Amino acid sequence: MLIAKVIGTTVSTIKEPTLEGRKLLILRQTDVDGVPVGKPYVAVDTLDAGIGDLVLTAHGSSGRQTEITKNRPVDAVIMAVIDHLSVLGEVTYKKD
Amino acid sequence: MKIAQVIGSTISTIKNRRIMSTKLLICRETDAFGKKEIGISYVAIDLVDAGIGDLVLTCHGSAARQTPSTKETPTDAVIMAVLDHLEVDGEITFRK
Repeated sequence: MLIAKVIGTTVSTIKEPTLEGRKLLILRQTDVDGVPVGKPYVAVDTLDAGIGDLVLTAHGSSGRQTEITKNRPVDAVIMAVIDHLSVLGEVTYKKD
Repeated sequence: MKIAQVIGSTISTIKNRRIMSTKLLICRETDAFGKKEIGISYVAIDLVDAGIGDLVLTCHGSAARQTPSTKETPTDAVIMAVLDHLEVDGEITFRK
């Protein structure tokens, strides 16, 4: 799973019918301090995450292991919203 | 599988219900000497009660769902072994 920050949303009218009503958020992978690294990607939101939240995303076939994404053309899903991260005993991120 | 060092933990209240009681640890891939850290941190489900600082093996992709506790969960990385020692070219490169 990757640690990522929600940086935006996507809106799409024409999409595969099984994806209708699904929230597709734009994310960017971050390091353990919540600082963005790498390029943006899109994941299906199953937990009502908001812009600015730090989340965990599962990729590949693992992205289809939720009720909302099962048997759908999905390869990335938000499966946890992070409250805090600690590295070597020190808190590196805390949700506001 | 990747050789990685456990560097921290994540706390998350809002998460997929199938992974409700799992321990999510922050890992960082290392070289075959267990010393130099490579790449960006990632998060894996802990199946073997690993601790901070331990060198572990992590399994990725759909292979991560081949255990009773991660079956049909949105998981793409698990810690499936804690390393006692590593040997490269007949030389012990890491000892717990």
